[in-house]
Amino acid sequence: MSTLILTVRGLSAKIAGQQVVEDVSFDVPSTGVTALLGRNGVGKTSTIKGILGLIERRGEVTFYGDSDGDGDPGVRLDRQRTHRIVQRGIGYVPEDREVFSKLTVAENLRLAERDANPRREFVAELFPDLVARSGQLAGTLSGGQQQMLSLARALINTNRLLLVDEPTKGLAPIIVGEVADALEEAAKTVPVLLVEQNLQVVRRLAAGAIVIEGGRVVHTGDATELLDNDDMTRRFLGVHAEAGGQTPADSEATS
Amino acid sequence: MSTVILLLITGLGLGALYFLIASGLSLIYGLMGVLNFAHGSFLTLGAYIGWEVARVLGADNWAVFIASVLVGAVVGAAFAAATEFFLIRKLYERHIEQVLVTVGLALASVALFDGIWGTDPIYVTGPSWLGGTTEILGASIPNNRFILILAAVLVLLGIVAFLKYTRYGLIIRAGVENRSMVTALGIDVRRAFTVVFAIGGAAAGVGGVLASSYYGYVSSGIGGSLLIFAFIVTVIGGLGSLSGAAIAAALVAVLQQFANFYLGGTGDFVVVLLLAVVLLVRPSGLLGSKA
Repeated sequence: MSTLILTVRGLSAKIAGQQVVEDVSFDVPSTGVTALLGRNGVGKTSTIKGILGLIERRGEVTFYGDSDGDGDPGVRLDRQRTHRIVQRGIGYVPEDREVFSKLTVAENLRLAERDANPRREFVAELFPDLVARSGQLAGTLSGGQQQMLSLARALINTNRLLLVDEPTKGLAPIIVGEVADALEEAAKTVPVLLVEQNLQVVRRLAAGAIVIEGGRVVHTGDATELLDNDDMTRRFLGVHAEAGGQTPADSEATS
Repeated sequence: MSTVILLLITGLGLGALYFLIASGLSLIYGLMGVLNFAHGSFLTLGAYIGWEVARVLGADNWAVFIASVLVGAVVGAAFAAATEFFLIRKLYERHIEQVLVTVGLALASVALFDGIWGTDPIYVTGPSWLGGTTEILGASIPNNRFILILAAVLVLLGIVAFLKYTRYGLIIRAGVENRSMVTALGIDVRRAFTVVFAIGGAAAGVGGVLASSYYGYVSSGIGGSLLIFAFIVTVIGGLGSLSGAAIAAALVAVLQQFANFYLGGTGDFVVVLLLAVVLLVRPSGLLGSKA
């Protein structure tokens, strides 16, 4: 059993007074990629936003990233404001990229720099296309380029945990591969909690899997075991894992 | 021809005054979604304090005039920053309460100004050149209009440079677009809120000193009467757009001047009509982002 970087206990969250996450509890190990899975509208994005304090939430969220030693009592994040949480070393890649469209690529990256020594070279090596487009307005980038920028914004700092929300959503297959490459590279040095609909990407990257249904955790375990179990993938995700593609979008509101 | 030139330049002078208020209103709304009905009070306080500086140091003097403008800016900035810090900060996302508190502050501050400086207008003087006129293509243009236009251009350039070349400027531009994502990058956006209020207050403070020169007097209602047109300018330009506010300020004021002269004093009516047309045809304003 590896050590933990984050524990979530009894997390509930609301958007505009409506309950979107209810009594969710899970652990995120301090290494590798942990996938947060579920059909559309079950509360995955809201869970991530709840951890970050971007939406109204209650419950216990404890972060163990402030020291490397054993016996770290952890820091409660659930009473802190979003910017304080992020400053503790939690990088966030939001659903739908949310790059600042009227800022240039370079300005988007400069805005994201928190550390005294931002990892500009690392980001430039990982995303050479962004260097070439540094003076371009982010709003004029393609969807794939915007996703790279959104990832780069998180990776430019030395994080202790990355929260990545549907990074391959709406991208062409070749770009999906590039995004997965970048995440794989990032995950070598930082644990990642990944919300992802593309099960091929999950199979490639994730060690652990947490499944949410109706705003609650219904399964926790090994990612590959889950994806190899046809019954569970159909029941929890509504798809045959062997089909490999994305879980089908249903008519529920986006989580 | 000389009448057209006169109306055009005096209109631009009035537009400059509108812009000095509307720039702050627009930035504040763009970043924070706050409709600040107390903004006129920043202007009024700047005007009174500017007059006090001139009274103490001697009015007919360019150095004193510039000093009173700078003091007006500082006082406006301090008043605005204090308003944000003590009153608005606790009420983010509570728009009704924000409106109530800023309206309350506007009313209370007018009463306070009346209490301190009296209810009668205080007539101001300045360097003698300001009271004179300059001939341009046969039109005698009051000199204070040139100072207003110059000040508005300098304020516009200053704000643009601040937004473009400073980190706070970067945060403000990003925050206008997506405030929650700015916080999700680990940035305390509330500090930017205070900075934006201070910038808006400084511009209004400058506007206050120049408005007293424009009208020839200071009174407690000077900010409130200009605020109405500044709101119209802000909406026509597009809430949150600085360049929209600049264009709309010039457009509204010039139109107002021409309508007052050629259409029997209907300037205010024509401006409200323009507002209605813009809201119907282009609700986001000339340069505003679509919701």
